[in-house]
Amino acid sequence: MTQVLVFFDRVDAHLTPAQAELLTHADALGETVVVTGSLPAQGAAPLAVKGVTGVLTGDGPIYAPNPALAELVATAAGELYPDLILGSDTPDTVDTLSQAAVSLNAGLITGATGVTGSGAATKSVLAGSWRTTAQISEDGPLLATLRPNTASQQVVPAAEPEVVELEVKASSVVRILEESELPDSGRPNLTEASTVVAFGRGVDGDVTLVEQLADELGAAVGASRVATDAGWIDHSAQVGQTGVTVSPQLYISVGISGAIHQKAGMQTSGTIVAINKDEDAPVFEIADFGVAGDLNDVLPQMISELRRRKG
Amino acid sequence: MPGSLHIITLVKWVPDAQLERQIGEDRRLIRSEGILGELDEHPLEAALQIKEQYDTEVRVSALTMGPPGASAAVKKALQIGADDGFHLTDEALQAADIWTTSVALTAAINFVRSTASDSDFLVLTGMASEDGETAAVPAQVAARLGIPALTQATDVVLKDGQLDVDRISGRRFQKVSAPLPAVVAVTDQANEPRYPNFRAIMKAKKKPTTTFSLAELGLTHYAVESKVSLLAAEPRPEREAGEIIHDDGAAGQKTVEFLSKEGLL
Ligand SMILES: Cc1cc2nc3c(=O)[nH]c(=O)nc-3n(C[C@H](O)[C@H](O)[C@H](O)COP(=O)(O)OP(=O)(O)OC[C@H]3O[C@@H](n4cnc5c(N)ncnc54)[C@H](O)[C@@H]3O)c2cc1C
Ligand SMILES: Nc1ncnc2c1ncn2[C@@H]1O[C@H](COP(=O)(O)O)[C@@H](O)[C@H]1O
Repeated sequence: MTQVLVFFDRVDAHLTPAQAELLTHADALGETVVVTGSLPAQGAAPLAVKGVTGVLTGDGPIYAPNPALAELVATAAGELYPDLILGSDTPDTVDTLSQAAVSLNAGLITGATGVTGSGAATKSVLAGSWRTTAQISEDGPLLATLRPNTASQQVVPAAEPEVVELEVKASSVVRILEESELPDSGRPNLTEASTVVAFGRGVDGDVTLVEQLADELGAAVGASRVATDAGWIDHSAQVGQTGVTVSPQLYISVGISGAIHQKAGMQTSGTIVAINKDEDAPVFEIADFGVAGDLNDVLPQMISELRRRKG
Repeated sequence: MPGSLHIITLVKWVPDAQLERQIGEDRRLIRSEGILGELDEHPLEAALQIKEQYDTEVRVSALTMGPPGASAAVKKALQIGADDGFHLTDEALQAADIWTTSVALTAAINFVRSTASDSDFLVLTGMASEDGETAAVPAQVAARLGIPALTQATDVVLKDGQLDVDRISGRRFQKVSAPLPAVVAVTDQANEPRYPNFRAIMKAKKKPTTTFSLAELGLTHYAVESKVSLLAAEPRPEREAGEIIHDDGAAGQKTVEFLSKEGLL
């Protein structure tokens, strides 16, 4: 049976959709043990999920970017001899698994879209224009981070797993001086939403119409780098090479030209609709449906049509 | 020169993302042409800003690992403002995975450091290479050097040998601090890279570049064997352009009709 060690930098009161998704991946591959830097007040209750046979933590909480997180993963691996060590493709997890791979003398693949028990992984490379399959060359373990939206999130409740503390403590070399979380927009999470409305320079600072359209569609709001750089929305909304990669069923691009760096983050979307006043904008090359027109005219038409249909 | 600081910036020579990029029959990225990765201009800018603001002497070295053509990336880094350049090139580094890249770059960093007398050091990298896009090399290099890795940096301040870094991790914003030495991976949010002017381009011609191979680092080919190899690579089928309509006052309705027909509402 394939032994899978799943790393979460932290577990809060509820699993995030990405964590649920990773546990679904792991359960399909074999027997799962979770190793995490911290657990919430109610302990391992959020990890009471089918497939999770045990939980490992350190001696006291360890928060990213503390290098002891990697030591924790390496220590856990030293106990379990896993075939696979998996995490979500977030910067903190990439850092931890990268460092752990050094002490474990093991291969690493980041940003994978799938993994097998025998240490092969698929991923999309070169801004999403190529797909590759890579394989570790020796006996495992393979460390890999998995992109969101690569499996369903069907976690099945089960008995609460036992927690074992490993003798790893936070290092004092890195200190967190301040920490804050972005306020909740009340809209669906960008990387997990089934519909994304994204805007670019074309909105010229006014996001009202875009937000209205998103709310009519129950969509998350994304943006181009020009729009986040201008401060029209937080950087966390940036879609593209240096922002997030999204793959929703529907991506509506509003006033975005469709540069290669923007395409990198959205071209695997199910259906792409583009609204741009320049009929030669590159975004139309990849759009399933395009409107050459001014967004200030087209969006109000869409919004009122959606409202009319809702009656 | 005790009290002085040596900043080593890692810069990669990558195929231009604006042009079509291809993986060849040999399952290797075609690297006949390239540029200094745009994301690697940000650590260079961060290094130059520290140099301008720090109160002791600062030397900025640019280090690249890549085929002979990668010397172009070093040259560009010197024009932008690095003081000296280093280029590790070796046949055995072709098709290097993350593991191999970090082994070789760590040895190369130690080599570069050995050219300076005992100063403090700081390694600055980009957030991701534009071809490999693994974002894993900075943390692996840090682990091999036994020093902290602070990635996703949107601001880097150095004061009295102590680094204060703003970073974004998902929806969480952090201000973290660590002593030197450290590896800091700088995002494209951190700064606006400068362009080399004519004067800087002239000046760069006189700056020293050292080219070296694995043998000079005391590494055998066995020491840089990849852990991961590519089995297959195929281009993703290109998306095709669909219907484009011109707004005649009813394009919004037609768009909603399209969404409804596709079952997307
Ligand atoms: C290393 C690197 C990384 C990058 N990473 C990213 C990234 O992650 N994400 C990203 O998005 N970009 C990224 N970029 C930037 C990218 O190259 C483009 O500059 C950016 O995507 C352009 O944003 P935009 O489409 O909003 O602006 P523009 O390119 O200026 O396009 C604006 C569009 O709006 C249209 N428009 C204007 N007014 C209207 C109107 N009234 N109605 C309808 N349409 C209108 C125009 O016709 C135009 O097509 C990166 C660049 C580099 C170098
Ligand atoms: N071959 C290389 N030469 C120099 N620097 C590199 C090389 N590969 C990676 N780097 C550095 O590591 C960062 C992250 O790269 P990657 O992990 O490949 O996404 C880059 O932005 C560079 O600063």
